[in-house]
Amino acid sequence: MRLDYLAKRLLLFLIVVWVSATINFVLPRLSGGNAIRDTLIRQAASGGYVQSNIDQMVAEYDKDFGLDKPLLQQYAIYLWNISHLDFGFSMASYPMRVSTLMAGALPWTLALLGMSTAIAFTLGNFLGALLAWPKTPRLLVNVLLPPFLTLSAVPYYMLGLVLLWLLAFQTRWFPIFGAYTPGTIPDWSDFEFWKDVAWHMVLPSLSIVLSALGFWALGMRAMMVTVQSDDFVQFAEAKGLKSRTLFVRYAGRNALLPQVTALGLTIGYILSGALLVEIVFSYPGIGGVLYHSIRSYDYFAIQGIIFGVIVSITLATLVLDLIYPKIDPRITYSKS
Amino acid sequence: MTIAVGQAAPTVEVRAEHHRQDQARSGLRYLARNRQLVMGLCLLGLLALFVILGHIFYDVSKYKPLSVPAGRAPAAAFPLGTDSQGRDLLAVMIAGTPLTLEMGLMAGLLGTAFGTILAFSGAYYGGWVDATIRGVVDVGLTIPTFLVLIIVAISIHSAMTIEQMALVIAALAWLWPTRTIRAQVLTMRERGYVHVARMSGSSGLKIIFRELMPNLLPYLGASLVASVAAAVLASLGLEALGLGAVDAPTIGMTIYWVIFYGALLQGMWWWFLPPIVVVVMLFMGLFGLSAGLDELANPRLRKEV
Repeated sequence: MRLDYLAKRLLLFLIVVWVSATINFVLPRLSGGNAIRDTLIRQAASGGYVQSNIDQMVAEYDKDFGLDKPLLQQYAIYLWNISHLDFGFSMASYPMRVSTLMAGALPWTLALLGMSTAIAFTLGNFLGALLAWPKTPRLLVNVLLPPFLTLSAVPYYMLGLVLLWLLAFQTRWFPIFGAYTPGTIPDWSDFEFWKDVAWHMVLPSLSIVLSALGFWALGMRAMMVTVQSDDFVQFAEAKGLKSRTLFVRYAGRNALLPQVTALGLTIGYILSGALLVEIVFSYPGIGGVLYHSIRSYDYFAIQGIIFGVIVSITLATLVLDLIYPKIDPRITYSKS
Repeated sequence: MTIAVGQAAPTVEVRAEHHRQDQARSGLRYLARNRQLVMGLCLLGLLALFVILGHIFYDVSKYKPLSVPAGRAPAAAFPLGTDSQGRDLLAVMIAGTPLTLEMGLMAGLLGTAFGTILAFSGAYYGGWVDATIRGVVDVGLTIPTFLVLIIVAISIHSAMTIEQMALVIAALAWLWPTRTIRAQVLTMRERGYVHVARMSGSSGLKIIFRELMPNLLPYLGASLVASVAAAVLASLGLEALGLGAVDAPTIGMTIYWVIFYGALLQGMWWWFLPPIVVVVMLFMGLFGLSAGLDELANPRLRKEV
């Protein structure tokens, strides 16, 4: 039954969300530290004066944040709050809510990640299929394969450092940091601003694309080699079908299926990598906000961001899983 | 081999010698076919050589801040230059490469060992034990590991040591090995020789250690290498965020300082290129080793790629 599978899959989604929320709640409390106390002491220390009544302040803030209530009650309140995406206030930029902070950063990350993953996945799979195709010139294979192997071994953000140095610092072809020229006021009705944003996005996405390209190409190559020796491909070839039809419709389409599954499985890794790329390029996305939160010990912001990201990734995996039968008609989730 | 033994049984000695040569030759022939394994071993060997020779011939204590003039480009005195905090980068690489590997190895070993135990217990006991393990792994693998690691790392308030980093990463490093090894055990459990062993009255533990383990060894090796690579990657990411062992000269911390002090804006390419080269060699070496071992475990892969 489709419905059966859907229910099971939704249940897994809910469990994952609940588990990650609980991890988020329990872990910081297990360590016995008090985020508010830490922050106050740090502020006092950097302010250079001795704070005499810190205990009193901690108690006061604890009451404000509801941290003086029994643990179970705190847990219930916490679950209720995050169930409608209320992550509380940012400690570093106080009157701001964590959800506001995230809402400002999310579009940048989505655009960067979505575009680079789409390009890397499409191009990588196409090139990978070509690499395995017997009619591809050997020269192309020998030229493409070593760089793919090497690039897929470099974490995105390290490739970002190299690209930044080569293409932004040495040659000054691309901007060094940010998502748009500092000083301009974001105006989405202005075409020039769009151009500026696109210009700033080239290097960060290039570092993801180049590194991910190798991963997809190598995976697709292995799949194509397997599929090519399958009976239905050989039969189609014997029928005298055009090489391009064989490549796209017979071998390619079937080899692509496991790659889509892999996309679902690795989307978390891709995102973790993209977050670090944002840090290297001082991009104002989720990764940039996360980095600043870690540097300013903004616990609530860190927790909110991590939870938000986990939920979005789980959601993305769920969606991929559910549309999979559309791509592969053999899978109907009739019985598992 | 002592002379006395050689004199007592010369023929045995000669035969053993022949046998050893044959083995060595067929081993070499296998290596010539399994190029990935060779590439992996060569790259890792180069790194090991670099670290060992470095410790012998170079003053590694210069990895500490303020031990050399700051911000020098590579020159005869400092082959890889120095960073803006006065660390000699060649010394940092020599001292840091084994530290990064140590973290990866510790986390990878713990993860694979724990994963193997869980996989075998699940496959052996079946029933609710297996169902629980599978459920936990399914949920755990859906949550991006790296993000949970960030939460764990910030929950530990004090500055971490290398060993603590390894433990943090190991806390989640068992999920993937558990899933893959379990799948492998499940297919192996149904093979003929296991049935024969079971019918001839071998106990469960005996089957696990005498029948399953030896056949799984190359596969466990490949899985270990993959776990080490994943652990190294996680440690690099955590350190790049500033959640690592701040005093340690690891590869990841070097990247963190590169970002922290804006090495790029100062044009100090010699600060970030060496750690990247080490990382690429390490990962390519580990991938090669893992793929090579996989091929050893799975001869059917041989004709495919």
